[in-house]
Amino acid sequence: MSANVNGVVTEEWTDQDYEVEMGNGWKELGLNFVQNKMAVIGGVIIILVIATALFAPFIAPYDPYKVNLKLQFQEPSAQFLLGTDMYGRDVLSRIIYGSRISLLIGLVPTLISMVIGAIIGMIAGYYRGKIDFILMSISDMVLSFPSLLLAMVVMYTLGASLINIFIALSVIGWAQTSRVVRAQTMSLKNKEFVEASRAIGVRDIVIMFRHILPNCISQLIVLFTLNIPSSILSEASLSFLGIGAQPPASSWGLMVSNGKEYLFNAPWVTISPGIAILIVVLAFNFFGDGLRDVLDPHLKH
Amino acid sequence: MVDTIQPLLEIKHLKTQFFTSKGIVPGADDVSLTIDKGKIVGVVGESGCGKSVTALSIMQLISEPGKIVGGEILFDGRDLLKSSKQQMYTIRGNEISMIFQEPMTSLNPVYPVGKQVAETLLIHNSHLSKEAAKKAVINMFELVGIPDAKRRFQVYPHQLSGGLRQRIMIAMALICKPKLLIADEPTTALDVTIEAQILQLLKDLQEEIDTSIMIITHNLGVVAEVCDDVYVMYAGKVVEHSDVFELFDHPKHPYTKGLLKSMPRSDVDEQRRKLYSIKGMVPNMLRPPQGCRFHPRCSEAMDICKKTEPTVVTINEQHCVSCWKYNER
Ligand SMILES: Nc1ncnc2c1ncn2[C@@H]1O[C@H](COP(=O)(O)OP(=O)(O)OP(=O)(O)O)[C@@H](O)[C@H]1O
Ligand SMILES: [Mg+2]
Repeated sequence: MSANVNGVVTEEWTDQDYEVEMGNGWKELGLNFVQNKMAVIGGVIIILVIATALFAPFIAPYDPYKVNLKLQFQEPSAQFLLGTDMYGRDVLSRIIYGSRISLLIGLVPTLISMVIGAIIGMIAGYYRGKIDFILMSISDMVLSFPSLLLAMVVMYTLGASLINIFIALSVIGWAQTSRVVRAQTMSLKNKEFVEASRAIGVRDIVIMFRHILPNCISQLIVLFTLNIPSSILSEASLSFLGIGAQPPASSWGLMVSNGKEYLFNAPWVTISPGIAILIVVLAFNFFGDGLRDVLDPHLKH
Repeated sequence: MVDTIQPLLEIKHLKTQFFTSKGIVPGADDVSLTIDKGKIVGVVGESGCGKSVTALSIMQLISEPGKIVGGEILFDGRDLLKSSKQQMYTIRGNEISMIFQEPMTSLNPVYPVGKQVAETLLIHNSHLSKEAAKKAVINMFELVGIPDAKRRFQVYPHQLSGGLRQRIMIAMALICKPKLLIADEPTTALDVTIEAQILQLLKDLQEEIDTSIMIITHNLGVVAEVCDDVYVMYAGKVVEHSDVFELFDHPKHPYTKGLLKSMPRSDVDEQRRKLYSIKGMVPNMLRPPQGCRFHPRCSEAMDICKKTEPTVVTINEQHCVSCWKYNER
């Protein structure tokens, strides 16, 4: 390094000695995460469930749609691990195929509602004033409404179909995200780097997407993993009420619903998909909690 | 080096107010200030006297409860207060730049610093390729004295020390070769040796790039070191302005005198002496005192000071003061 570049003296330069050479941040993150056992277990279960959904045709021992009335209500056995239902369909195979819909419903509406919520939250938190008031009033309305009721209203108006479940769950899901992103935006907006970007002539829109949004990502990831189980549960509730997934498609909520009449003579028909829901929901919750523990202190750092 | 002096920036009677729920706060009240081409102008005053508000008003970055309610800001012949939002976008960072006090938080933690500096360049020169921008940024890094500039391009803010970050900020502010650089307490957060380096750097760059600089500080030592002209602000008003030698040799306003007295000196005798401080506190700006805003703290206050605001008195061509003491002449 030349000591004198264009007349600027750099000889006395000592600052570089202070430079902190951070190790790989991701490595550190990963290590912290692995120390959280529940989160790791949750993560492993999630991976298994995703694999199950992807490879359902190879894993499922039977055709989940094949009706065989001769095999009605078979108890769990070596042949049918989780027994059969009222049409003689293998419950395990139906759960395996059902994971596809349940996961899809966990992921897609959550993603949509996150995108909507993030944009609304950023606009409200960045511009404040009237637009903030209007947007947050709407979000308060959505939040104060019983969410299942709201979803039911949407489903009854639009009719039962997969797409409409997506819409219904997105409608109830964005409000919480918008609250979180708004709060985060308001605090980031006062950070000097946002002021500095404004001072170099960066446009508001660009500031929002390039400077504020990436700083919300860790919260969004946590929120995302924690919202998936509530989406899955909402779908289960909707299906249980008969306005969710439509037969013959097998969703876990629908299976619980269909089996409920035989709860006492063939409990496995209802309980097995119920337990599947429980496990996946818990797995996502543990995973999300673990992520939050790891990401939050990192953010402050 | 004696050119005909032309003003680059002329602020005339700027009034910026904050409409808070408790009342109106006059952040900048009838501030007039001139920055000539190629000059370094210092703005000094205690905390809360309206230095940052004046600077942000120039950039038109006053946000929510604040509003510019009057005055003119002539920059290179144009009135910035009459410019459109679009025009301001092209002026900020390109013709007027600003650096802030906190180098620790002035950079976005999620991007490499080089990318952030390049952003400024790319915003204002849409035809520029990414490669060319990168080259320019590395050149700029070298110019502001960042060693090992090529590697530093990819580094994240948290990996750098405060002094280096402030150099990055300076690089970012100067990459488009603006006509005016506003530095809002650029060295307050840094330790003394780094402060001296940064000030020297600003001084060198001022000549190198030929920008005018407005330095905001509450440290008169900084002013003595780098500035040509000085504006002393108190409670939202400019109370005295002068060229730097005149101000240090013949301060007029009692507030300026107080500031000078409370300045730590390097001579041995002075170091033993207890540090002087102006008695009293900066007034609550929701209800600024009547008359001269400094009178409750002024040892030389007269009756008239309590009732009527002083007018500007011209001592000589370069030296003006707002104080009743000098009004008779
Ligand atoms: N957002 C705001 N809302 C209300 N009042 C404000 C706001 N910003 C600044 N002010 C007021 O404007 C006045 C001037 O503030 P300013 O930030 O310009 O002070 P300063 O001279 O830069 O002080 P410092 O040396 O602490 O940076 C203060 O009295 C302050 O209370
Ligand atoms: Mg300030």
